[in-house]
Amino acid sequence: MGNPMTEQTQTSEVQSSAQGETGKNPGIIRVEGMHKWYGDFHVLKDLNLTIKQGERIVICGPSGSGKSTFIRCINRLEEHQQGKIIVDNVELTDDIRHIDNVRREVGMVFQHFNLFPHLTVLENCCLSPIWVRKIPRKEAEASAMEYLERVKIPDQAHKFPGQLSGGQQQRVAIARALCMKPKIMLFDEPTSALDPEMIKEVLDVMIELAGSGMTMLCVTHEMGFAKTVADRVIFMDGGEIVEEAPPHDFFSNPQEPRTQQFLKQILAH
Amino acid sequence: MTESTMKPPKKALTPVKWMREHLFSTWYNALLTVVVGYLVVTSVGPILNWALFDADFLGADASDCSGAGACWLFIDQRLNFFIYGFYPDELQWRVDLMFLLLAVAFVPQFIERFPARKWFGIFGMTGLPVIGYFLIPGGLFGLEAVESTKWGGLMLTLILAYIGILASLPIGILLALGRRSEMPIIRGLSVVFIEVWRAVPLITVLFMASVMLPLFLPEGMNFEKLMRALIGITLWQSAYMAEVIRGGLQAIPRGQYEAADALGLGYWRKMGLVVLPQALKLVIPGIVNTFIALFKDTTLVLIIGLFDVLGTVQSTVTDPAWQNVAVEGYVFVAFCFWIFCFGISRYSQNLERKLDTGHKT
Repeated sequence: MGNPMTEQTQTSEVQSSAQGETGKNPGIIRVEGMHKWYGDFHVLKDLNLTIKQGERIVICGPSGSGKSTFIRCINRLEEHQQGKIIVDNVELTDDIRHIDNVRREVGMVFQHFNLFPHLTVLENCCLSPIWVRKIPRKEAEASAMEYLERVKIPDQAHKFPGQLSGGQQQRVAIARALCMKPKIMLFDEPTSALDPEMIKEVLDVMIELAGSGMTMLCVTHEMGFAKTVADRVIFMDGGEIVEEAPPHDFFSNPQEPRTQQFLKQILAH
Repeated sequence: MTESTMKPPKKALTPVKWMREHLFSTWYNALLTVVVGYLVVTSVGPILNWALFDADFLGADASDCSGAGACWLFIDQRLNFFIYGFYPDELQWRVDLMFLLLAVAFVPQFIERFPARKWFGIFGMTGLPVIGYFLIPGGLFGLEAVESTKWGGLMLTLILAYIGILASLPIGILLALGRRSEMPIIRGLSVVFIEVWRAVPLITVLFMASVMLPLFLPEGMNFEKLMRALIGITLWQSAYMAEVIRGGLQAIPRGQYEAADALGLGYWRKMGLVVLPQALKLVIPGIVNTFIALFKDTTLVLIIGLFDVLGTVQSTVTDPAWQNVAVEGYVFVAFCFWIFCFGISRYSQNLERKLDTGHKT
């Protein structure tokens, strides 16, 4: 019978100690000794990473290196089994209320856009602000239009996602995430499913967003983007963080042999 | 961008060309056309003669029927019984009012430009059953009580089908969600419920509800036979509905669930706002199929002594005062069922077209 009480105290302790530490350690995302398995397969191995508010991180690596899994752990679309992930002073545990609180502050953009096809562009953007943030519809729509303008497609607001091109859909997806006014944006290979001529329009929006001081975590193969906006580039392989460096050092002077090999392969042509 | 002014070439189609293309394209198609044409020509005449030209519409009893064609005055004479069962004549306005409200709620659904028709539909699904709950049995607000044993005919058919349809959809949705739940207890209970009810024939369910259930219930807790039948039909139907809806839920890509999660919608809003609207739309044909099947299955209540529209007709065609009116009776029943089932089907096609936002993710 005493158990729930103890648990309660423990949870609040974790939170208060986390809050106490913010002064010393301003990491908005802290990953400490994190491991993840799919069945017996060890996908993520002892990841440690602290990301400061406003930092822009690009994660790259060969396919199967666990970079998408890692980014999906940060808003708990995937569960980690060992170690700690603390996002915006909340530790991700099984407690579903904490997770929903975290998810409200963390926007995510997916490789395949994942817009809601039965809702118009504007409704896609307003859904969560109205139902989760409880913002009045008028206000939510006005704010959504601002974001749609920012991603340069206000004229498509009343169309359905199925009527838009891939690049337009991805920009709507970015606007939809921004409408929740998140503190952190996660991008999971946002340009990988796009035709070449549409990649630029999405990257332009992301570059503009990076300039606004948003904390961003991008899994991407766009090395040009990494060079332009990233504060740090993280290279993952085999479920581990192999190397982590500012883009200039990362591209001109990679330390690890695996990084060198990867860069040689992708920059070959 | 310059708008192209070129139009696709028009295909000129004369009647002769059309026939050559559609009716006589090959020798076997030509043969089929001739044979089917012959059958149609030879059968339409006698059917029309029987149903219309030689039929008797006016009169008071069997002696007014010549016997050359259909004896429709039988239907006319007994229509009251076919529609209301044993519901007292002077109180039938209550049933008529319900018929009228039903029409008010659902006829606008077929008219594309009817103002605020959504609200008429919502009334049909919420207000209408509540009004019916008080109006048809009476006993409150000074309305004279009419025992459910006196209900019958088309009215009973509609009550059974309407309540069955209306209640089974939400229960089916919950069961389908339960079966896909991550919580083992909820999933287990849903699976057991669905598998048990779906594996039992409706006749058995009705029989259990009317004969066996009272034996198990404590003394004095016995509620009406109709109510028991309704509960049986609803639970049985929910199991079917759950499986149809589960099919829809499984067709929704994982990305939709993840996008809803990433927005912090939480379980119920994710399901209610994102997943179910898409899943239900996908399975409209399956849902309507189940509805129509249920509508016709309500005739099985005959075996527990409830007289639906088929039951009333069947008991009348054996009436010695009328002879050889069985065909007319059954044609009438078939027509009643066809009208409603066709209506449901048309409405669902409307709905599908309206909800189609031209996309696949």
